[in-house]
Amino acid sequence: MSSRPVLELAVRRANKPHTQMFLRMLMRAAVLRRGRAASALLAMVVAAAVATAMLNLYVDVQAKLRKEFRNYGANVVVVGKDGQSLPQGTLSQVESILNGHGLAVPFAYVVARTQDGQSVVVSGTDLEQVRKLDSWWSVSAWPQHSGDALIGVRAAGVVSPQNKPFDLSFQGRSIDLTPVGSLRTGAAEDSRIYLALTDFEKWTGVEPSTIEIAAAGSSEDVDAIIQKLVEAVPAAEVRPVRQVMEGEARVLGKTRATLLAAAVMIILTSALCVLSTLMGWVFDRRRDFAIMKALGASERLISGFFAAESAVLGAIGALVGFGIGIGAAAWIGRVNFHAPVVPRLSVLPPVLIGSILVALISAGLPMSLLRRVQPAVILRGE
Amino acid sequence: MFVRLVYESFRRQKRRKVLAGIAITLGVAVATAMIAVATDVGDKISRELRSYGANLLVTPQEDTLDLQIGGVDLKPPSDGTYLNEADLPKIRGTFWHHNIVGFSPMLPVNVSVNSKNLTLVGTYFSKKLTFGKEDFRTGVRITHPWWKVRGTWPDDESQDVMLGERLASRSGLQPGDQVAISGQSHHISGILSTGGAEDDQIVAPLSVAQKILGKLGAVRRLYVSALTKPEDALARRDPSTMNPELFDRWYCSPYVQSIAYQLQEAIPHSHAEQIRQVAQNEGTVLSRIKGLMLLITLAALLASALAVSAAMATAIFERRNEVGLMKALGAGDSSVAALFFVEATLLALIGGLIGFAGGAVLARLIGRSIFDAQITIDPVLFPVILAIAILVTFAGSALAIRRAVKFDPVYALRGEA
Repeated sequence: MSSRPVLELAVRRANKPHTQMFLRMLMRAAVLRRGRAASALLAMVVAAAVATAMLNLYVDVQAKLRKEFRNYGANVVVVGKDGQSLPQGTLSQVESILNGHGLAVPFAYVVARTQDGQSVVVSGTDLEQVRKLDSWWSVSAWPQHSGDALIGVRAAGVVSPQNKPFDLSFQGRSIDLTPVGSLRTGAAEDSRIYLALTDFEKWTGVEPSTIEIAAAGSSEDVDAIIQKLVEAVPAAEVRPVRQVMEGEARVLGKTRATLLAAAVMIILTSALCVLSTLMGWVFDRRRDFAIMKALGASERLISGFFAAESAVLGAIGALVGFGIGIGAAAWIGRVNFHAPVVPRLSVLPPVLIGSILVALISAGLPMSLLRRVQPAVILRGE
Repeated sequence: MFVRLVYESFRRQKRRKVLAGIAITLGVAVATAMIAVATDVGDKISRELRSYGANLLVTPQEDTLDLQIGGVDLKPPSDGTYLNEADLPKIRGTFWHHNIVGFSPMLPVNVSVNSKNLTLVGTYFSKKLTFGKEDFRTGVRITHPWWKVRGTWPDDESQDVMLGERLASRSGLQPGDQVAISGQSHHISGILSTGGAEDDQIVAPLSVAQKILGKLGAVRRLYVSALTKPEDALARRDPSTMNPELFDRWYCSPYVQSIAYQLQEAIPHSHAEQIRQVAQNEGTVLSRIKGLMLLITLAALLASALAVSAAMATAIFERRNEVGLMKALGAGDSSVAALFFVEATLLALIGGLIGFAGGAVLARLIGRSIFDAQITIDPVLFPVILAIAILVTFAGSALAIRRAVKFDPVYALRGEA
């Protein structure tokens, strides 16, 4: 009768203190060997931080560079068929399709005559938007008031060499313009005169024939926008600006490939750093290993103990390193792109899993070496 | 005795030496490769950015206004002045001719096809030109890499033409068909797609356009694609206000402005201007990518320095017993430290040497696979890398050596670390 509770107690004892002892050994190992554990942890943290920063940059740099590439201006143009004006309301349709992910600027063109009979191209547009779309335009002053005009540097020599107000006529209707700024782009714009669209329409009655669009996002996003535009505006032709889109794709692809190569090399180096530190750390504790074995611990328990220890180390290192790495990536973003790199939580799982894996491998290698050795040999210090 | 100690230490502790050596080798290899890539990436990306097309436009000096809307030239063909085709090869004689990737002349003329008025543009496709003793090829296939042709490109010496994609689909013509342009029959070698105004035009060899216009050697515009240096304060200054010394510096820097200046010198009666859309943005994109690579190189250097120091620290820490024994036999702190430092230096030299070679191979591999171009390693890098390797190895060992030397030999020998 009395043997049963005793047995139960023995079973309970055998089970319960087991886990407690296990945790206690883990804790004491970290506390007692502070120096070695700290240096192993440091290696882990640095490696995880570098890996996080590199991966985060790799994921985010595309978005950052895309923003720079949008400075090349429009990547899609919508033009009326055969140079006709676009149907009314096209601009608002385009803007609703873009839904804030880009910029759409209307342009209307006519060939007007100066007082001495010279032909010049005059364009009406939304000057506020052009300023954002075509950031490379070198403009001395942007028109503010009605009747102000922006004159291309080559057109200036023809219409208003002394920068005086001048008249232009189109189909018998004339307009009086004041040149307020000069425009230099090195391309066809230099020979044109730009007006606010409202002035232009009042004068000529001509509606915009072109909408230039700078659509944001990846090439798939841009393709999707083009597709939607084709469906929404059947009266117009929608053309991708291949010069801009292909150049962007090429440079981005090469940059990302270089970055990937760099990331792989750096991550491998830091993994190696962790490997050598942790291997030394585990190898250094062969006496603990031998004593545990001499006291009758099973191989599985010892392996479990070392594995748990390095997994915990890997996890802590990865978490702390992740925080530091995010900070480093944000700093690089601030310094280089003047905009912080957005922290990507999607980077955490690979870093965490990678760190734990590297830690387990670095524990496993010396363990398999030690397993073959008799505890007595280690304890004798040979 | 000292030499023998070092020798024996390398002979007997092969495993540890190899481990530390591998760490140094890999660290140096990564550092070398990253430095090489970072110093060269500007040049490589700059070449890739040329896929945006020409960044300079040369026009006749006394030209009338362009009447261009949506890429269609409305200017009467008789209007205005022209550049002389015979002057074009002189571009190869300018100071920065190595930076000029290519150039394409353009001559738009009005033609009638099936009694419809169209624009025909004469240009070079891949024209063979000679300057001095040097032969070279240039044309739109270099300066306008986004132009795609279904069929084949026309030969520059032939009478063949290409039709723009939209024009071809409107008229139902295919490559291989004949088309009558202003009374003359021409063979269509291909259909051109550019995404621009050329899609509605006919593109032909320059000589065809000149014959239609009746002006031999005439060129309306010249597009030049050049590798340039990002603009800085000096680039933006007006060359006429510079003193001779400053002017020389400006002239001898590949700024887009100074190349434009030199093009004007080479081609008489011309006006060269940067195409700001391409030229200005190139500088920002380039400096962003270069800055990024620089920061990443720093990260790589940090990671390799840490890997090396960690390996060295572990290697030394494992040898406490040895230190204890040496000290028990009467060795002083300084001679123990000296032994470790000499060993570290030897390891750093060997690892640095192999690592540099490995890094060079790595850099070449990256250059070949990503940019299809060689990444060359400046020989100046070699001593620098070696010095860094030794420095980092020293720094990594110093702390571990200090701790090993300070350690009481009794504890070390009893194995109570």
